[in-house]
Amino acid sequence: MNVINKKFERELIVKSSTDNLSIIREFTKTAAVESGFSDETVGKIILAVDEACTNVIKHAYKYSPEGEILITINFENQKFTISITDEGTRFNPGNVPDPDLKEYHKQKRIGGLGMFLMKKLMDDVKYINLSENKNQVVLVKYIS
Amino acid sequence: MADFNVNVRGVGSVSVIDVKGYLDAHTAPELENAFNKLINDAKFQVVVNFNDLSYISSAGLGVFMAYVETMRDNSGDIKFSNMKDNVYNIFDLLGFPMLYEFFDQETEAVNKFNDKG
Repeated sequence: MNVINKKFERELIVKSSTDNLSIIREFTKTAAVESGFSDETVGKIILAVDEACTNVIKHAYKYSPEGEILITINFENQKFTISITDEGTRFNPGNVPDPDLKEYHKQKRIGGLGMFLMKKLMDDVKYINLSENKNQVVLVKYIS
Repeated sequence: MADFNVNVRGVGSVSVIDVKGYLDAHTAPELENAFNKLINDAKFQVVVNFNDLSYISSAGLGVFMAYVETMRDNSGDIKFSNMKDNVYNIFDLLGFPMLYEFFDQETEAVNKFNDKG
């Protein structure tokens, strides 16, 4: 079937403003729907990409809207890969353990929840330092 | 532009916040403003009605985490109602049901405050 062999790649470049999160979600949604994911999974992918880009805006660019975020979506062999690249401050999560949610609420530790959500929502999450000033988050979801 | 709207109305002594559309890092400050105004007006009993909310990210959930303690310290609370499954699932993933009360209907949440009063 065509659906099985379906493959495509597309990219979006936006400035690092939270204003652009809705554009990023729409871009992600279109590609995820086209790939054949269920509505529920499409929702998970959209949220994971939103969280990754919010982290880039917040931590890599420290809310400066002048940075660029490159989002590449690749779909091939039932594997949906979103790569989010920035040129801001390097982020190295190392082996950050999953938060103890009860402690989190107690301490009002809002940061870190996005990373935790991404791990829960996607099949794979990787942080890559592409070069001195280029960082990438790669999110993967398989059609099951 | 993300489509988001906050409306605050009084139901007896309880303040109901209606949230509508998409609550993300861009729109979360609007919800923070609503909470700041309630605190300034010494209104600590809050129900958030999610009937028209389509989407929430951790930035939105963070707002409730940031304000709930102030409400509770002043004999109030933040309670949630009318949440769609896709939105509830995110609250659930982040452990909110351990620490917050969720209701199917707004009136149940409002009455919970009144029962205690």
